[in-house]
Amino acid sequence: MIAWILFHLFVFPGMLFTSVLGLLVGWLDRKVSAWFQFRVGPPLFQNFNDFFKLLGKETIIVKSAVKSVFIVAPLAAFAVLTLIATIIGLALFYNEGFAGDMFVVMYLTMTFSVMVILGGSATGNVYSSIGAGREMKLLLADELAFILVFLVPIVKSGYQVQFDQILAYQQNAGAIIGSPSGIIAFIVGILCIQAKMTLAPFHIPEAETELVDGPFMEYSGPLLAFWKLDHYMMYVIFPFLLVLLFLGGFNLTGIGILWSVLKYVGIVVVMIIIKNTNPRIRIDTALNFFWKYASPLAFIGVILAVLGV
Amino acid sequence: MGWYNKRLAKSLWVFHISGSPCNNCDIEILDLLTPRYDVERLGIKLVGSIRHADVLLVTGIFNQKIAPKIKKIYEQAPKPIFVVAVGTCVSSGCCFKESYNRVEKREEVIPIDMYIPGCPPKPESMIEAVAKLLGVLNG
Repeated sequence: MIAWILFHLFVFPGMLFTSVLGLLVGWLDRKVSAWFQFRVGPPLFQNFNDFFKLLGKETIIVKSAVKSVFIVAPLAAFAVLTLIATIIGLALFYNEGFAGDMFVVMYLTMTFSVMVILGGSATGNVYSSIGAGREMKLLLADELAFILVFLVPIVKSGYQVQFDQILAYQQNAGAIIGSPSGIIAFIVGILCIQAKMTLAPFHIPEAETELVDGPFMEYSGPLLAFWKLDHYMMYVIFPFLLVLLFLGGFNLTGIGILWSVLKYVGIVVVMIIIKNTNPRIRIDTALNFFWKYASPLAFIGVILAVLGV
Repeated sequence: MGWYNKRLAKSLWVFHISGSPCNNCDIEILDLLTPRYDVERLGIKLVGSIRHADVLLVTGIFNQKIAPKIKKIYEQAPKPIFVVAVGTCVSSGCCFKESYNRVEKREEVIPIDMYIPGCPPKPESMIEAVAKLLGVLNG
């Protein structure tokens, strides 16, 4: 039993699976972005090379940094993402869940942003602090919409707060995206994910042109490698979450495998297209967007779901 | 270290310092990073922070005022780090070689691994230089 739990946590669907798939999908992101700019793009194992190269570099611990937080933040963020990946993967591939695992996932995704804020503000660098502050504002902006997105599948499935129950509901009654409220929640969900992953147009905290990577500016060597890995792991976690909540999960038999891959890659490609066709917006515009438009839209979705549409 | 050097050779992240140049070399470096030459094929990426860099591209004659700052930036970089000097200014001083505020020997400020001559060098010659650096790393 213990061995099985450790296997789930460290190999499949936890740490190893998510990292490897995330780095591969990160390559897809860079390749498709390159096509958008009429370039050739990096080779397939580019992200693996980057990761192993960073593992071998020198780690500089900045003089002005709070040492313990500076070192722990990227590792804790990695642990948090591994845990989210395990919970979502267990529901998707094994149909296993526990009461309230949706709330645990909501809470853990917020914990990741908190780790970015802690890591960024622990360095004592001005740019990093501004980046951490912006991350905090972005978290305030997207959190409400993100939770409202979760509410739609909960209401649709008859107030179930368990991933495997929602999957079971979708296997009987069809995917939740088939209903109007599901479509609204799915669209808002993709926008929230864009903000959670700090992809364009919401890459406000990292703003490479003026904040030079924001919270991650002072990190070097293995600690930076873990931040990069965290970013690529989210390319697996959040699309899997959307597949789980709205698209009826994966069906890993026969032709179902093709559909499963298409669902996942489809969401990732939509994210990459949004990323490549939008310029960065200001932090006040992002707050306006989420509080004035995205959250009310998601709220309408919840009301529609309560009305049974 | 052969295995690690191969990984390093496939992912060189570049940081760009201008040490009082006439700015032509900097413009050529920016040209190098445009989609036309697409150095991301070779794993080369421009980074904004010195803490992420593997290669420093330096340009210019290093005048008295900027030399200590270049030394400081070099010391802030995580090792191993390679310094590639872009342009004739770094190697010989070019038309500024008798300037009153130049640093006599650029090598004494920071150790330089590779020189790319040219005033300014074409992006093609910079790619060739980086390919040579990759050849050294790959053994």
